[in-house]
Amino acid sequence: MKPFTFSMGGEAGYGIASTSLNFSKLAMRSGYSCYTYLEYPSLIRGGHNVFFTTFSKEKISGPYKTIDFLVALNQETIDRHIENMSKGSMVMHDSAQKLNLPTGKSLHYVDIPFMSLARSLGAILLRDVVALGAAIALLDGDLKILDGIIKEEFAKKGEAAIKRNFEAAQAGFDYAKKYFSLAVKPILTPTKSTKKMIINGNEAVAFGALAGGMQFSAIYPMTPTSNILHVLAPLQEEYKFIYKQPEDEISAINMAIGASFAGARSMVATSGGGFCLMTEAFGLAGMTETPIVVIEGMRGAPATGLPTWTEQGDLRFILHAHQGEFPRIVLAPGDAEEAFHMTMKAFNLADKYQTPVVVLIDKLVCESFQSFAPLDSSKFKIDQGKITYDVIRNYQRYALSSDGISLRAPAGTGNHVMGNSDEHDTYGYSTEEIETRNAQMKKRMTKLTTCAKKELIEPKLYGPKNAELTVVGWGTTKGAVLETLKQLPKVNFLHLNWISPFPADSVAKHLKKAKKIVNVELNYSGQLGGLIAEKTGIKIADNILKFDGRPFFPEELVVELSKRL
Amino acid sequence: MTKTTEELLTPVNCNWCTGCGNFGIWTAFKKAAVEKGWDNHNTALVAGIGCHGHILNFLNLSSFEGLHGRAIPVASGIKLANHKLNVFVFTGDGDCLSEGGNHFIHAARRNQNITVILHDNAIYGLTTGQTSPRSPKGFVSKSTPFGNIEEPLNPIQLAMAAGATFVARAYEGDIEHLKEIVIRANAHRGFAVIDVLQPCVTFNKLYTHIFYQENIYKLGREHDASKKPAALQKAMEWGLKKIPVGVIYESKAPSYEEQIPLLKSGSLVSNKIKKRDLTKLFSKYV
Repeated sequence: MKPFTFSMGGEAGYGIASTSLNFSKLAMRSGYSCYTYLEYPSLIRGGHNVFFTTFSKEKISGPYKTIDFLVALNQETIDRHIENMSKGSMVMHDSAQKLNLPTGKSLHYVDIPFMSLARSLGAILLRDVVALGAAIALLDGDLKILDGIIKEEFAKKGEAAIKRNFEAAQAGFDYAKKYFSLAVKPILTPTKSTKKMIINGNEAVAFGALAGGMQFSAIYPMTPTSNILHVLAPLQEEYKFIYKQPEDEISAINMAIGASFAGARSMVATSGGGFCLMTEAFGLAGMTETPIVVIEGMRGAPATGLPTWTEQGDLRFILHAHQGEFPRIVLAPGDAEEAFHMTMKAFNLADKYQTPVVVLIDKLVCESFQSFAPLDSSKFKIDQGKITYDVIRNYQRYALSSDGISLRAPAGTGNHVMGNSDEHDTYGYSTEEIETRNAQMKKRMTKLTTCAKKELIEPKLYGPKNAELTVVGWGTTKGAVLETLKQLPKVNFLHLNWISPFPADSVAKHLKKAKKIVNVELNYSGQLGGLIAEKTGIKIADNILKFDGRPFFPEELVVELSKRL
Repeated sequence: MTKTTEELLTPVNCNWCTGCGNFGIWTAFKKAAVEKGWDNHNTALVAGIGCHGHILNFLNLSSFEGLHGRAIPVASGIKLANHKLNVFVFTGDGDCLSEGGNHFIHAARRNQNITVILHDNAIYGLTTGQTSPRSPKGFVSKSTPFGNIEEPLNPIQLAMAAGATFVARAYEGDIEHLKEIVIRANAHRGFAVIDVLQPCVTFNKLYTHIFYQENIYKLGREHDASKKPAALQKAMEWGLKKIPVGVIYESKAPSYEEQIPLLKSGSLVSNKIKKRDLTKLFSKYV
């Protein structure tokens, strides 16, 4: 089945997000794999919101630009998206809104009075639910599945809310069946499939933190990672952890460091701008060898930039943030499933190497909903590394060792535990002596070598081993490139999700074999390309770069890559 | 259980200037620690950056020396993770009121059960003598060679306005008095601030030992520390023969930690770190 994209657009503040997510859930429960991408401005009301749910019987890994079914709740939806409609596709509108509908394109306009139907049910806000019901009818979906979803969604709001939403969906469904029965296409017909769940990257990170034993999180709200705190905050009692909203990101990371010093598994989450404020204490965690997990969700930058759009502009920033040198582990999951597993792992890595671990994601991974086989953490085991809760004679927090890792004791265990941002001796007392400085610096940096030896997971090569063209990318571009590969069998894709320590040998091995290489990144200067050159000596001359806040779409990558074949 | 001040010593030699006000704070704190049995099982110390921060090298108690201005959030994190610990913050006037002002007011607002010992020498000592937020108007220093044109901050008023529930002032030269106040501040359930007047013998030629000895007076029984308007009035007093020391304000309010239901059954770190089963949670996402 060719991927099919359902899209709904309208003013912000009208519940388009939840309605679209319900559509995705319905597609998933009807047996389809789906990926939901959203675009919205940095406003609460009045801006333009649009959701794209692409679904197929085959796995869908990334967002598509081409729309096959558009629900237009305002003129802007028509104006912005009509050019991306596929031939013969359907546009649902309400003629009462008197939208200016372009002619000439072979589009099928379906006029559904969702405004008056919603009004007759007593709430204009129900118009997108009416539209959803009509869309389900036109795509041959099963309304009973939607009823189930509504029941779960409004369980807390009570029977009246459930009934209202049922009726709205039913009204739209019935109207479409009655007046447009000939237009019905068997696109969303329920089909058998394996059990799936649908989550976005923010939820995946929150779940990864919970599964990974997180005990303390301090998160100052910032798009696109605020949803992590929205997921975590209500779960604190049940899962026995603390979520704290601090006064700023500086406080967030210092609190996390304090909690970790006292023995709690700790994390922070922010975006690039918040991480700017955290850079000071990022290095403090490195110097004091305090384990913390930092989630950084990139968005268009610099400064306030494009707050609700995506970018991969922070790679070099994360790698070099803070003065001087200390070991940092940087992971860059390419989708929500990887984000779940890598967040869990990040907590183990932070403890084992007693240093900050960054999980670097972006708006696309953070906020795109994707269906997966239920997340499975059965292979994961908590590993706290070298830690003691006993009183150790002559305890030395920063004792030298061949792997660079010392025995950690939390404060309050009866040991004299010192964390010191000044250079320190093996006990933690401040010192400026040459020998001690050299020994402690080497000890800290050795941890990264140890980590590389023991933990490093090699980048994955997707597609054929022998390809005409090799695409190199990291993190979030995974989805669009994998979708592109479906159409270009002679192309393969080297996806990096371990950034530091850098898998230099493995990257070099793959790239030396490649016939032609193109580096694909969502930034201006090709930061990964630069990093590969630095670490392997291989200079990739060919880049496909984009920095307009939008992700890569397979439609444009197919064109770009085909030029190179 | 710490029994003698000798047990609190470390192998590191003290490096403050002869006559530095930090000695009095150090001595008073050691005495309080012995009296109350503060040790590595029940106590954690945090300091910022400045001459005051060196104190952590001279105390055999678990400690974290953080960044300039950031001692309080580290202490907040420690307290949230293990609220059974006595948590003390040593901070300077530049550290706490300049670089760390935001953390100071918000920790006070939260009424976290930590004790802040503010080493207030009204100057930047470690960076060799610049004006601080506590330096008076007209103060001549390396950064204000023509005299300081800014008004100083009043940490007592600031702490009270922000919501601190225990606010005191002490002079470090009166070690017994400071010791008593440190003990009381720690016993208080909530955010406690002690503004400790201390001379910087090297760089501040205005606020000397003699100046403080001549101009402070102890608050007597007539001062009712539980009445906020009167306490605020007292907090505004500053001048020749008119610097009150003692507990200026104390009120009862639930501490931040007391209001977290999870902490009623024990500290956060008393829960073993374990993998959580999310089967139930995932059922909402299928």
